Amino acid sequence: MIEQFPILVVAVSLISAYTILVAGWLNRKSSCFISIATITFQLILALFILYHVLTRGTIHYWLGGWAPPWGIEYVVDVLNAYVLLILLFASLLVAIYSWRSVQSELPAKKTVSFYVLFQLLITGLCGITVTGDMFNLYVFLEISSLAAYALIAAAGGRALKASYNYVIMGSIGACFYLLGVGFLYAVTGSLNMEDLMRLLPPLYGNRMVQAAFVFFIIGMSIKMALFPLHLWQPDAYTYAPSAVSAFIAATMSHISVYALIRVIFSVFTLDFVKAYIGMDLAICWVAVIGIIAGSVLAIAQNNFKRMLAYSSISQIGYIVLGMGLAPATTWGFFGAVAHILNHTLMKGCLFLVAGAFIYKAGLRDIREFRGLGKRMPYTSAVFTIAALSMIGIPPTVGFATKLFLMVATLETYNYAFAGVLLLNSLLELVYFGRLIERIYLLHEEPESELDGGTRDEKKIPHSMLIPMFIFAALCIIAGLFWLTSLATPLIEPLTNLCTGVMP
Amino acid sequence: MVESLIPLLAILCPAFAAPLILLFGKHPNIREGWTIAAGLAMFSLIFSMIHTVLSGDVLDCVLFQTIFRDSLSGYLKIGFRVDAFGLIFALTSSSLWILVSFYSIGYMRSLREHAQTRYFFSFAFAILGAIGVALSRNLITMYIFYEILTVSTYPLVAHDQTPEAISGGRKYLAYLMTAGVFFLFGVIMVYVLTGTTDFTNGGIKALSALAPTHKLILTVCFFCFLLGFMKAAWMPFHSWLPTAMVAPTPVSALLHAVAVVKAGVFGIVRIVCYIYGVDLMNSLGLGLILACIAGFTMIVANLFAIAQDNLKRRLAYSTINQLSYIILGAALLTQDGIRGAMMHIPFHGYMKITLFMCAGAIMVASGKKNISEMAGIGRAMPITMLAFSVGALGMCGIPPVVGFISKWYLCLGAYQASLTYSPVMIVFLFTLLIASLLDVVYFFPIIHTAFFKEPEDGDGKEPKMKEAPIFMLVPLTITAIFSIIFFVAFILRAVGVFAPYMDILSLHIYDLVRIAVGNV
Repeated sequence: MIEQFPILVVAVSLISAYTILVAGWLNRKSSCFISIATITFQLILALFILYHVLTRGTIHYWLGGWAPPWGIEYVVDVLNAYVLLILLFASLLVAIYSWRSVQSELPAKKTVSFYVLFQLLITGLCGITVTGDMFNLYVFLEISSLAAYALIAAAGGRALKASYNYVIMGSIGACFYLLGVGFLYAVTGSLNMEDLMRLLPPLYGNRMVQAAFVFFIIGMSIKMALFPLHLWQPDAYTYAPSAVSAFIAATMSHISVYALIRVIFSVFTLDFVKAYIGMDLAICWVAVIGIIAGSVLAIAQNNFKRMLAYSSISQIGYIVLGMGLAPATTWGFFGAVAHILNHTLMKGCLFLVAGAFIYKAGLRDIREFRGLGKRMPYTSAVFTIAALSMIGIPPTVGFATKLFLMVATLETYNYAFAGVLLLNSLLELVYFGRLIERIYLLHEEPESELDGGTRDEKKIPHSMLIPMFIFAALCIIAGLFWLTSLATPLIEPLTNLCTGVMP
Repeated sequence: MVESLIPLLAILCPAFAAPLILLFGKHPNIREGWTIAAGLAMFSLIFSMIHTVLSGDVLDCVLFQTIFRDSLSGYLKIGFRVDAFGLIFALTSSSLWILVSFYSIGYMRSLREHAQTRYFFSFAFAILGAIGVALSRNLITMYIFYEILTVSTYPLVAHDQTPEAISGGRKYLAYLMTAGVFFLFGVIMVYVLTGTTDFTNGGIKALSALAPTHKLILTVCFFCFLLGFMKAAWMPFHSWLPTAMVAPTPVSALLHAVAVVKAGVFGIVRIVCYIYGVDLMNSLGLGLILACIAGFTMIVANLFAIAQDNLKRRLAYSTINQLSYIILGAALLTQDGIRGAMMHIPFHGYMKITLFMCAGAIMVASGKKNISEMAGIGRAMPITMLAFSVGALGMCGIPPVVGFISKWYLCLGAYQASLTYSPVMIVFLFTLLIASLLDVVYFFPIIHTAFFKEPEDGDGKEPKMKEAPIFMLVPLTITAIFSIIFFVAFILRAVGVFAPYMDILSLHIYDLVRIAVGNV
């Protein structure tokens, strides 16, 4: 029965999107609840899928019963199931959060269309995650991207320009991907990932194949905002509605990362990477430059959400660095995969906090954050945990990533990369430390003290606080999880995946 | 090896107290009750471990296995392993936490400090970090608690929230987090090289096996550890410590005389004796370098101290100096040197905390921070200043205060080193003596000013000074008395009179040191 679940995850989500549209006409308020209910259902399915994959092995589902090289196949192994679970869990929390956040940030008439698009976005992302077909992946990539463009633009004003920017850049990225798929199809005549994996090895020397590989990397790099292809991202994250920036930062960028991992490790495999000496190092250097550049740019920002956006660029670099180290050590791949979860938790939490600051008093500029620790004790506490996690204080998730990647870099004697990782945690200390200092230690300015009595401040509702709390708690719990041997069941399948051994 | 949950329970005491402190923020008496209760519980738990350790065993408490493979025992474990050396540090910190908690109550309430809940909350976490460092079984566990210690002390340093305090806190964090980064590099390097990070008596074998081929990397790694233990405030990386004196005095007393800085020197001794091992240190020539750093710090810190007029800052430089005694003791790589170093950890803790608590008491009673204003204060506050004199004598290494004993062993160690390694090492004996002399130069004027100088009668209207509140007076008297008791215990042990009782009173430190030195 569970073999059917991958398609169910996508189909339910798609149907729900249209249900929201119809139900929203009748009752505007119902849209959020339908969305939450759908995501909960999907999440349960995802849990079953993960359990099944861990106990029985990979799920293969043939759409319409057509056998793979011709029909579309959904393949779910440990990596998919893991990413799917993260995606849906983050979606659920953001959906709960969005109920009040969207009410306050968007005009009421946009609510229904917001949730329709939100659900479509989730559909697209789920599709990317479960599919085993290169072209099908492209289709879902476009579904999710189009929904994301519209969602970012929903805030209006400067978000329109940001969204337009994203449309252009995102489309270029998608085109690169599509060209890559086209090239591979021209050479091999197949679109199925497993099939391609079998067909490609004799063709590694083929220029088309090599070009396709580069196109995939460039295309997905744009999508996941890897430095220096990140230009669309800061504006998009800054001006989008809070719930949307949280969702995109926490999940969408990671799904693009997942897609790249899938293409590199399951379609081309490590043999291809190893065949070109220096390619893995080149990937590492790009990542390392991105890590530092993102952090340095983040230090320069005064807008909180913009700062987080640049910080995301830096964190995506961590994942790519892990991928680049994968040929040399399994800890690199493991670190990259672990960071998908870790960064989802940290960034999700931080963007939700940013939304809460905006909800409370329209605070966007970090210079206005003086004395927030007194005004918003819970939100500030959550922020502190997430910030410490970003810096990599044990036992949080940030520390787990740092540990894995440090072991990976030092095992391969890449001292420069280790140095960059450590330097970056100090840079993070600079830009999160100054915030913690402002929030807790600097007193409010006297003038704001004066109108303190009359200031019209909303209380942060529970529906916004609880998702933040869950994210923050998970920052610590997951941090411990990665350290303990509980994570062991993931190691072997991931190692097999990384080294190209078919389960 | 005895499996035991006691180390975990001891760590959990402050961990449980911390949320309760937050919860009862509105009821100060109950809130402080939790601090005291946690302190007492933790101390008795740690005290109860002495028995096992004295019988030559270690207590073992594995929290969980990590996913990293370990060359010695399957998987790298996070957990505790209580040996004699760790227990010395844990006993010192936990016993002093109780006293300082009482002192904090007196201090914070007399000065009507703000944010007291945050203060006690962070304090509990800081102690958790310090005890965790003391009891940890390997470098990774140690790193985790070390970072917790750094983060949790930051709000304490910046407690005043004045621009000065905030910039002090910033400097504190900048120095110590950078240190943490180097520490992490060292930890993972050791793991990658040897496949284990467990503290092993006599050093990790696999590491010394690498010595012929990996000389450079081992040296670099050692310096990373040394930078990582910047908490030990060795020069030229000491300047965070005097700056951190903007913190409330109980913080300076417990954290910047005992818990935080001792975590640093504790770490250095751990690295020297239990990771690298004496032989490897010697063959790499690292002992000499470390000894030079320590000797340099001792002399220069004392010269700095002479120039300070602010009492707390002078004490801070004195701390920097005394910490280097400990580093030097370890760096000498001789039995007596290490013995002196290990003894100096608790003894210096007790003496220096007395001095700091006296400084705080003077500040609360009279508002005076500078030594030049303290003329005649000894007559107004006799008990405080007597305690101060005891601490000061101990710092200079004059009997009957216990500072003499650790210094005696350090000198013996330097002499031994000159016999075993090279005659040049005798230099460090003289360094020790000169440093002690300089101690006298800056401590005796304080005592002189306090007792024998007439207060300048400005307008004669100054309010009459009294002793500090009883909550502050009692702890500082106790630590001063203990500074003498440790000395008496040493004498009585030699003579054999009342030995069992004195052993308990002196927290069995001499026996523990004997076992710890035996392990090295």
